[in-house]
Formats: sequence, structure tokens, C-alpha cells
Amino acid sequence: MQTRKKYIFLTFLASWLLLFFFGREQLRRFAFFPRRNVAARRSWPRWADRALLHSFAEPRELQGSGDTTQPSPRARRAAPLSTSQGSRCRMESCFDASRCQNGFKVFTYPREHGEPMSESYSKILASIERSRYYTPRPEEACLFVLSIDTLDRDPLSAHYIRSVEQRIRSFPLWNSGRNHLIFNLYAGTWPNYTEELGFDIGHAMLAKASFHSKNFRPGFDVSIPLFPKEHPQRGGQSGWLHHNSVPPKKKYLLVFKGKRYLTGIGSGTRNALHHIHNGRDIVSLTTCRHGKDWERHKDTRCDQDNVDYEKFDYQELLHNSTFCIVPRGRRLGSFRFLEALQAACIPVLLSDGWELPFSEAIDWGKAAVVGSERLLLQIPSAVRCIRPERVLAFQQQTQFLWDAYFSSVDKIVHTTLEIIRDRLLPHRSRSRILWNALPGGLLALPDFSTHLGDFPFYYLQHGSSPSDKFTALLWAAPPLGSLSQPTLKLIQAVSRSQYCAQILVLWSCEKPPPPSGTWPQIAVPLTIIQGRTKLSDRFFPYTAIGTDAVLSLDEHTSLSTSEVDFAFVVWRSFPERIVGFSAWSHFWDPEQKRWGYTSRWTNKLSIVLTTAAFYHRYYHSLFTEYLPAGLRELVDSLTACEDILMNLLVAAVTKLPPIKVTQWKQHKEAASQPVKDTAAGSTRRFSQQQDCLNQLVDWFGSMPLVSSQLRLDPVLFKDQVSVLRKKYRYLEKP
Amino acid sequence: MCASAKYNTRGPALIPRMKTKHRIYYITLFSIVLLGLIATGVFQFWPHSIESSSDWTVEKRSVHDVPVVKLPADSPIPERGDLSCRMHTCFDVYRCGFNPKNKIKVYIYSLKKYVDEYGTSVSNTISREYNELLTAISDSEYYTDDVNRACLFVPSIDVLNQNTLRIKETAQALAQLSRWDRGTNHLLFNMLPGGPPDYNTALDVPRDRALLAGGGFSTWTYRQGYDVSIPVYSPLSAEVDLPERGPGPRRYFILSSQMSLHPEYQSELEALQAENGESVLLLDKCTNLSDGVPAVRKRCHNNQIFDYPQVLQEATFCVVLRGARLGQAVLSDVLQAGCVPVIIADSFILPFSEVLDWKRASVVIPEEKMPEMYSILQSVPQRQIEEMQRQARWFWEAYFRSMKAIALATLQIINDRIYPYAAISYEEWNDPPAVKWSSVSNPLFLPLIPPQSQGFTAIVLTYDRVESLFRVITEVSKVPSLSKLLVVWNNQNKNPPEDSLWPKIRVPLKVVRTAENKLSNRFFPYDEIETEAVLAIDDDIIMLTSDELQFGYEVWREFPDRLVGYPGRLHLWDHEMNKWKYESEWTNEVSMVLTGAAFYHKYFNYLYTYKMPGDIKNWVDAHMNCEDIAMNFLVANVTGKSVIKVTPRKKFKCPECTAIDGLSLDQTHMVERSECINKFASVFGTMPLKVVEHRADPVLYKDDFPEKLKSFPNIGSL
Repeated sequence: MQTRKKYIFLTFLASWLLLFFFGREQLRRFAFFPRRNVAARRSWPRWADRALLHSFAEPRELQGSGDTTQPSPRARRAAPLSTSQGSRCRMESCFDASRCQNGFKVFTYPREHGEPMSESYSKILASIERSRYYTPRPEEACLFVLSIDTLDRDPLSAHYIRSVEQRIRSFPLWNSGRNHLIFNLYAGTWPNYTEELGFDIGHAMLAKASFHSKNFRPGFDVSIPLFPKEHPQRGGQSGWLHHNSVPPKKKYLLVFKGKRYLTGIGSGTRNALHHIHNGRDIVSLTTCRHGKDWERHKDTRCDQDNVDYEKFDYQELLHNSTFCIVPRGRRLGSFRFLEALQAACIPVLLSDGWELPFSEAIDWGKAAVVGSERLLLQIPSAVRCIRPERVLAFQQQTQFLWDAYFSSVDKIVHTTLEIIRDRLLPHRSRSRILWNALPGGLLALPDFSTHLGDFPFYYLQHGSSPSDKFTALLWAAPPLGSLSQPTLKLIQAVSRSQYCAQILVLWSCEKPPPPSGTWPQIAVPLTIIQGRTKLSDRFFPYTAIGTDAVLSLDEHTSLSTSEVDFAFVVWRSFPERIVGFSAWSHFWDPEQKRWGYTSRWTNKLSIVLTTAAFYHRYYHSLFTEYLPAGLRELVDSLTACEDILMNLLVAAVTKLPPIKVTQWKQHKEAASQPVKDTAAGSTRRFSQQQDCLNQLVDWFGSMPLVSSQLRLDPVLFKDQVSVLRKKYRYLEKP
Repeated sequence: MCASAKYNTRGPALIPRMKTKHRIYYITLFSIVLLGLIATGVFQFWPHSIESSSDWTVEKRSVHDVPVVKLPADSPIPERGDLSCRMHTCFDVYRCGFNPKNKIKVYIYSLKKYVDEYGTSVSNTISREYNELLTAISDSEYYTDDVNRACLFVPSIDVLNQNTLRIKETAQALAQLSRWDRGTNHLLFNMLPGGPPDYNTALDVPRDRALLAGGGFSTWTYRQGYDVSIPVYSPLSAEVDLPERGPGPRRYFILSSQMSLHPEYQSELEALQAENGESVLLLDKCTNLSDGVPAVRKRCHNNQIFDYPQVLQEATFCVVLRGARLGQAVLSDVLQAGCVPVIIADSFILPFSEVLDWKRASVVIPEEKMPEMYSILQSVPQRQIEEMQRQARWFWEAYFRSMKAIALATLQIINDRIYPYAAISYEEWNDPPAVKWSSVSNPLFLPLIPPQSQGFTAIVLTYDRVESLFRVITEVSKVPSLSKLLVVWNNQNKNPPEDSLWPKIRVPLKVVRTAENKLSNRFFPYDEIETEAVLAIDDDIIMLTSDELQFGYEVWREFPDRLVGYPGRLHLWDHEMNKWKYESEWTNEVSMVLTGAAFYHKYFNYLYTYKMPGDIKNWVDAHMNCEDIAMNFLVANVTGKSVIKVTPRKKFKCPECTAIDGLSLDQTHMVERSECINKFASVFGTMPLKVVEHRADPVLYKDDFPEKLKSFPNIGSL
């Protein structure tokens, strides 16, 4: 009996002790002792004398009086230029902005005969030479690009070019690298892959892939993506997202398929990737089979891994996964990054310290998940928590970025140049919105404006709408020097539109324009601009155009006021597109293997003639400043090519078809009448126009035109209702 | 004595049969239990009770009463700041953990007074601003009082102003913090770094790996992605109340209000003034002030006295030049006045530049270009100036106004780095409330024309009109691009017809039975919908031809983010009644399409079911009406775009039904629909519907062209 009690007692005691030692937390959590409640959270004390505390600084100290002993700003600005080392370069200390007074011009060193050059580097040079910034004259250049291939600086590589240092020092323009831009894709070598270039770049800027943030000189260098040598020069493939499926989940949630490094730099992350593989929605496959002596390092997993590895196809995974892991390789960047971006597989970056491509411009938080190598195991739960609407936005953003900045070497190089250009004129540079919203920074010119509301693309984000007036721009080149009756009628009809702000006549004729008395009396101002006789002048950004909308007209056009009114109201709903009356449509001619187009009536349309069309005045700037001079010369030499170029340009920007609106029947018939011309002349013209289309498509790198099957009519158009109820009744006159 | 005797006698009586030995056991047992209880209680509160008695519980105490810590002269000094530090190298992210709220936990060390060996204090104990900052952190949701759960540590050692502290001793004080560990995960706030003569641009106190939230970083000292650039707080923000002034032109074009500018800058500014006269105003400190007037609140120009900072509101652009330091408190004053700052300070890292888009609120001019300042500023479009003025004021209100704003923005930035997938977006950081309100971010923003091959899913909502339903099914199944037909059977009292009775069609037909007769069932994002495009169609719409439906689908492909429908409707403002009115007459405008026959993206089904604002969804179900108006509101609100009405108006009548169009003819019905519009407009807080004057027809509609060559010949026939 007694022993029993003793045991009970001991058990009692023991349980108390146990409770005491291990149960403290639980007891606390269950609020066992009600005295300790939430209010007792020990926050920062409210000091009784907090109102009496002194400020952190004297007002005079904050307002700058007192520090009069500053060094001279001029001396300070001049000083670093001579002393600073390359690794501390900034634009203000290592870049000679005075060279750029005559605009941003880029010079490429002439290529020496027999100079070994990789495919990628010759594409880069070609891109620069194709850009509107290229100059062949070094004395007017602001930026210099070497003709020595510096892309691959891995001494073990076959493309490694030796004795770069001596050669660049012999260049008279080198100037210790000042105002030079050096491109590089691979730097450093086994085993550490430090970002060594093997020569002293001096004060030159570096456009480099796989930049580590510790080597990156902010505001000076540019981080570029790693691209394969097959990357197209221009145009480029489109993204793989063809529709926004809902819910945006694909077959797999998260995939990776790639090498596993058993040793060396980067192996930490690659070696751990297999841990998150679950075989269902997360597929993370690694293989040890790479390099020459992988079997020497192989571990117990390798054989099984290699078997699993073959079960899945990389392309299949890429197409069917919502997220793609983009881990570092030996270097920080990988081809995988662009591949995932194109595939609309949201990149999950595991590459600590990587300065992301074009990070100065692109807000990667909208298109990629920037993970931490240290938190690999959290990645699955983190991506599962991302809400579907965010996934949908991510997917679309990857496609936008891919298409705007990465799909061709041209885009990568031009983005690099634009970023540098933006730094030189900070007050005339792109805000982050221009870079990160459609249509992207390359197509939003800050020279035109830095105000969002001045562009046709941002009305919705900006919460504004286009101005409610238009400027009519009439291109007149009458052979006899006087205007015909239909033209005068046209001017009157347009001027009667309630939305017309002014009429500009672009007089492109050798003879002087008729005196002001002979012009029709109209209620809006009429201005005559003396143009040259070039066709591309039509789309020159005349400062006189004060409204967002331009109504482009030709002296042969005939329009009624109703048509103009209705078309303008429609344009206000689609300010980024061309809205016009006569339409053509393009097609692929499989026999001749070329593009063609037809002006016949078809069920589709993809080109709206600018002889009668509304569009945003920004397209004048884009036409004149964005397109290289060569294209404009082409347009000047061919007939009716400027229409096509304008349509291609707008389609390339918007990715959308133009809009055709109703045209009064009689006008339409007049428009479709062949212009009086000799038969031989018209065939020649026709073939010229087809040439024009094909040459332009070649420049764009792909066919940007998009077809539409619809026409916009007034709501009651030809409805069986009293004509008096119809606002645009004159459009229906028989 | 008696009493005791009495107890003594009663003692055994209480435990009559208990032996003394047993009694001892029980007493021991009892006392052990008691001891255990006491011990538990004491240990429960031991560490805290000590702290709370000295540090915390006494709320109303003076900062001068805090414990004094003596720093021995040889106590360790941290390493200098490591310039190569980045989050992945110097920050211990494991302390932050993965938590569903995605919020870091911040611990604040308790306040101590540090003295050196001789008892001389190391710095001011704490400044008013730093106290405000710590209070703000303590009141925020980041705060934790549990040092073990903290991810970020904020010392209470005040280093806001380097001039008020002794560098070496402050460093020693930092190093002896209980969790210092080389400064890992410690955050220091500094606004005035450096000191004469060379004025370093970052705090000189050796701080090892600690993060620095600093004002006045240059590109050389700022560790991108690790440090946080913060403003230099201007105490005038709290003293002076400058009401927001509407944007627009102001009296002076350029104003310079800083005192003691370097003579070189001064002469450049004077040259500007000489060139441009009255529109440039250069202010300097006043020399002839009478006593008692605070000099910091006055500025002078040729003996003319101006109130500062009020005078800043008179200028469109205000110059913010670097002084000895890059960060200037005047920036805060300028922003408060809604004056657009013209920042002339090469290599300066602007406050919160990691997240704020300063191009929207300021003009940055390289120092070399100072002489061109006037022409540069004149090239800024007027509309943009107005926006910059608004933006400048918004930045001040959101991120400069108080130490609290500065502290919370700093913590948010660090938080976003640690939980990047939950980070705050560019728009949330940068858009002023007015823009957030008026702008839209379209969830389907990518201009995609979905492939035609995908086809569409038709959803027929039906109750019991089986015959009509079967006709609709037969008609719709003729449309080439139909890929699936879904019948939503909304009648719980009646079973749908037998499988064999349904029309035989070429595409899969699914019947979904609902649990309740609700209109919102029509817009549920059923898993069975495998296409992007959805055609919502009523069970009595039999008058639409196959061409019309196919054309509608083609139009939807060109406008996949819009409602594309057949019967159009309009909302109008009734000036007499001062409210919105529903209109179904033959009008020249449309702002809605009926979902009795409309194409739209499946995404909107999600929005309708899960993201409909307010109580609209329930309201619609309760009233059994206006689900289509609600859908129109929803889509217009989220995309900012109008509907597309396709094809000419038809008389939506059929022989056996009371007509869908006829539904709207009823007078009470019209009143109800008008009420819906008013109700929804008030819930949305705005009228999102967009009025347009166009509809979509096939390119060759009614054109004099052979019908057989047209893609959609059979359009508009009754």
C-alpha cells in the first residue's frame, strides 16, 4: 500500500516537473495565466518627456548654413575624371558627355580583314549599324564600339581572342576606353568564373551577360541577357502564349530540367534542385552526364537521375509549365532565362547576386519570381501561394518583355543603346512606365514627350482620354498648281465637322500655293505648310499639329462631314490604331513565296489607306524618328509605299489591325476606280507596291500586319427605323 | 491556547485514520505541488518581470532615467561597412522564415544611455525624430517584442545625425548589443552622414554588415538592393501646415531657396536670373531680421522678406542643389509645397529610389548642364508639370511627411526584398490616389488575337422552357466554331429531360444542375468551360443566325477583353430626377450589351463570381434581375473599355416566348433596371460604362457585292 502511494506520489512529482520544463510555452499560449494578455505586449515606451526631446539636427544644420567649407564643385567634378579607377566609374566621372552634344551617335570600328568574329558579335555590330544612331564618322560619335569580338572571354574557349589589350591600346580613338561600350557574354573561366575579361577595359562601359551585382557599376554598365548564336538578327519569334487560359494553371506547376554540377561553383544550387521534385506537378530533373569526366565525380543519385532525366522532354516541360526554375549555372545567367520568357513560363530565378538584364529599365517583379538560392525549399509553397490573377498578369508580362526587348539581337542591342542614351539626358528620358507598359521603351520616344497623356498608348493607365479635336492634314500636289473643285469641297466638308480644330495644307508642289483669297471660306484656321516633294514628308511631325488626332487627307479624297464626324468618334475609342475608310488586305502568295496585297473588296482588311484616315500624331514622330533614314528613302522612291509603311509601323507597335469605318457608297465607288493611267504604268506601279511590302517586311523581320474581319458602323446603320432618329443619316443616302 | 487545543484536538479528527507518516507524505505532496505552481509562475514571468519592472511597465518615465551602460575603452569595434554586402551575402534570411502573412518581424532594443569610461555620454540619448520613428515601428504590424522571433533588429542608439555622436564609442555601443553578431540583420537609420571636411556620403560609424537606411547616399556608397535610401526629414513638415495647392502655373518659374550655396552654384544661378529676369527668384538668408524672428522661417531677396516654406508654393520649379551633403532637407519642403524639385546633385541616390519613380515627380539635371536649366525646364510640357506637382505632393504625403512614413516605407522596401513574390507593385508605390482611382489596369492587357481553332463554349441558362431550349441548342450547334454546349439547369424541382430526348449535336453537350435557382449560376466559372470564349445565351434566343453568331465570335477574337453582344442598351443621365436611367429604345449610342446573347472571356466569370464589389452579387440573386447590367459594369470597370455591339438590331421576338426584348418593354421592368444602374454606380463609386456610337458589322455588310462571296452573308435578316 505504501509503496503504491510512493509511486503515485513520485509520478505526480515527475509530471509536475515535466509540465514545468516542457509545458511552459503551451501554458503560456493557452493563456493559462490570464494576467498576461495582448495588451501587455511590450512596445516602445511613451516617454513622459518625449515632447521635450531635441530634434536630431539644428534647423540651420538642415538648411545648409554652416557648411561653407565645401570644395569647389567644378574641381570635384573634374577630379575623378583623372584619378578614378575603372571599377568606380560612373557616367559623371568616366563618360565624356560633351562628345554627345550633336546627338547620340554610335560609331563602330571598321572591321579588319580576316578578323575572327563570332556570329553573335557580327549580329551585334550589324544591329548597331542598322540603328538610327549609327554614324560612320568617329568625330561626331558619342559612343564607340570595338570591332574586336569580346563576347567570349573564356580563355578555354575556341572563340577566345588573344592580345586584345595590345590591340586596343594601339587604337588612336581608344582614349583609355572613355565613351566605349564593350559587349561580353562569357567572362572568366573554370574553376571560379570570376568576371575577368582578360584585358583592362579602362573607362569603357560594359554590356555584359551574367553580371554580378558586386561588379556592376550602377548607372554605368548594362546587364544584357545571354542569347544563343542562333538568335535572330531582327524580328524574332513571337512568344508562345496564344491565349489567356483561365485558370492560368498549366499541366505542371514548376519545372526544371538541366545539368547538376557535382562540384565547383554553382553546384550548391544545382545539387539541391532534385529535392523539390514530386513527380506530379513539380518536375525537377537533373543529370550528371555532362563534361568529360563526370563519371569520376558521380554520386549515388546519378544513375537513377540520368534515367529519370530522359523521361521528360525539355520543350514539352517548357510548354506545359506555369513556372520554370532558372537557376544559376557556372555563371549567373543562362539561356534558360530567355527560353522561359518566350515560353510564357514564369521564370523563378535562383541566381543570387545576378544583376537582371536591363534592370535599370525593366521591373522584373512584374514578370518573374526572384527567389533566393538559400530558400530553394520554400519555392514550391511560395509559387503555390501566388494568386491566379497575378499568374495571368505575370504570363502576359513575360510575353510583352520578350517581344519588346529580347526576341532579336536588334532589340537587345537597341535596348542597350536606349538605356545609355536615357542617362545622358535624364530630363528627357523614359519613366519606368514607358519601359514597362506596352508597347515598350523602344517604341515610346522620349524626344516626342515625357508626358504619358501625349502618347496614344497610356490613356487607360493614366486615366485620361485623347483630346476632342483633330487636325486635318491635306497633302496637296496638284500638277497645275491650283486646287481642283473636289479638293475645295473636301476642305469645306472637313471644316464643317464639329471636331475639326484646324486644317493644314501640306503644299508639295513646285508651283507656289494659290493666294489666300482663292481658298474656301471656312470657320477653322487653314494653314499652308510648304513641303518638299517627298512622299515621306506626309508623316513629318509638324509642330503645327496641336491635337492628338490627325486626319490625313489627299487631294483626291472625297469625304462628307458625317463620315468625318463618325470616324473621329470611333478613333477616340481606339486612339492607338489607324481608323480610316478605304482598306486593303495582305496575303501570303505561296507560289511566288512572297507577300502580296490586294485593293479589291475582300472579307478581310489589314491596311487602311492614309489618304483618308485618323491616327495619333505620335505616329508622325515614330515614322520620322524611329525608322532609319534608309526606309524613308525607299518610301520616297516607290509609289504608295508610305501608306504601307505607316500601316506596318502601327501594326508593329500595337499588334492590332486597323479599323475601317463606314464610307458612303458613292465615295467608295469613286475610290475603287482605277486612277487614270496607262496600262503599262499601272502594272509597274503594282509590282513596285508589292516590292515595297516585301522590302518593308524584310526590314521588320516579320509580317506585323494583322487582319480584321469587321467594319464599324453607326449603331443604327441601315436599320429599319426612321432615318430621322439616326445621327449619321447622311451615311446612308442612296 | 484553547483555540489551539481545539484545533489540535480537531486535527486528528479531520484525518482520523491517517497515520503521521502518511500525513507527512501528503503535506510534502501538497507543498511540492504548491512549490511547483509558484516556481512555474515565477519562471513564466521571470525574464519579463525583471525587464518590465525596470524598462517597460512604467509608462510615464523620462528618457533620462534609462539604464546607463559604461563602455570600456577596449570594447570591440565593428568592422567598417562592407561595400560588397548584398541581401544574399550579409543578410540572414533564415531568421525571417516563410510565413503566410509575408511580413518581417522587427525587434527594437530597449533604450540605454551609453557612457565611456569617464562617464561622458557617447551621444544624445535619443532625438525627438528617432523616438517618433521607433514609436512608429513599435505600433506597426512589423513589430515584435520577442527577440527570438525577430528577423530585423533596430538598435535604439540614435545615429540620425553623425554630428551629434562620437563615432568610435557609438560603434562600440553597437557591438555590445545582445544580438549584434557582426551587425547581421541590424538596421540603422541615418539622415545626416559624414562631417567636415570631406563629408562622406554614408554614416562613418563602423557598422560591419548592418543595413543602412541613409539620407544622402552617393552611387559609390549605396549598396544597391541592400541599403535603403531615405529622405532627410524636415521638421518643418510638422510645424508648418501647407494646404495642397491646385496644380497650374505659379508666379515664379524657378525658385532657389537654399542658404549658403557654394559660390560657384550661386553665380550660375545669378547668371540664370540675369538672363530670365522676374521668373527666376533667388532667395538667401536674411541679414536684417529683427530679433525674435526665427531666421529659418524667412528668406530674403534684395531686402524683400519672404516666409519660408510658404514661398515655395509660389514657384513651379524649385532648385534642390547639393550642399556639403547630397541629401538636403529642402527636398521635403519643396515636395510639401507641391513645387517640382529640380535636382542638381550628381551621383545622388534619390530617396526610396528603389521603388519611387522620380522621373514622374522631379527633373534631374546634371551639374554640368546647370546653365541650360531654364531651357530644359521650359521644354517640359505644361500638362506634365501639373502632374509632377501633384506627384511631388503625393510623394511628400506618402513617404516624407513624418518619421512614421519614412520608417514604414523603409520597412516595406526591406520586406519586399525578403518576400518578393508578395511585393508591392510599382503602381501602388507611385500612383497618387487620384490616379489609382481613375486609371485601370486591364487584367487581359496583352494584345492577343486568340486562335480561331479554340472555339467557344455556349452556356444556356434554362429553367423549364425545354422546347425553346432545344431549338436554341439546335440553332447554336450550327455555328462552326462552337466547341461545347453547357446547359445550366436552374430548376431544382424538375429533372432535366432524359438523355435520349436532347437534340443530337456534333459537339459535346453537358448539363449542369444547380443547387439553387440563382441568376449568378449563369456566370459561374465551370470547369467544363475549356475555352477562353464563352457565349452566354438565353433559352429563347432562337432568332440569331449561325452567321451572326460566328461573326460575333470573330469579333470577340479581335476584342477578347470586351463584352461582345447583340442587343445593345444605353444608360442616360436623367437631369430631372438627377439619377441614371436605363434606355432600351432605338438609340444612336450603346453602353451595354445584354448577356442574353453575348460573347466574353471566361476570366470575367471568375471576376463575377469571386471579385464582384460590394453586395451586388447577392443583390442580383435576391432580385432575380440585372445580372447582365452587373456584368457590364464589372467588365467596363476593370478594363476601362466599351462593349462591342455586333450586327444590326433585330426584333428579338419569337412566336412562343414573351420575347427577350419584350422583357424590357414592361414599364416596371424599366424602372427596376434603372434602379439597378443607380445601385451599381453607387457601389462602384463611379459610372464605369463607356458610351460609344459604333457597332461591328462584317467588312462587306450591305455592300453592293455578290452575297455568295461574303463571309457572313446571313446577317440582319429577320
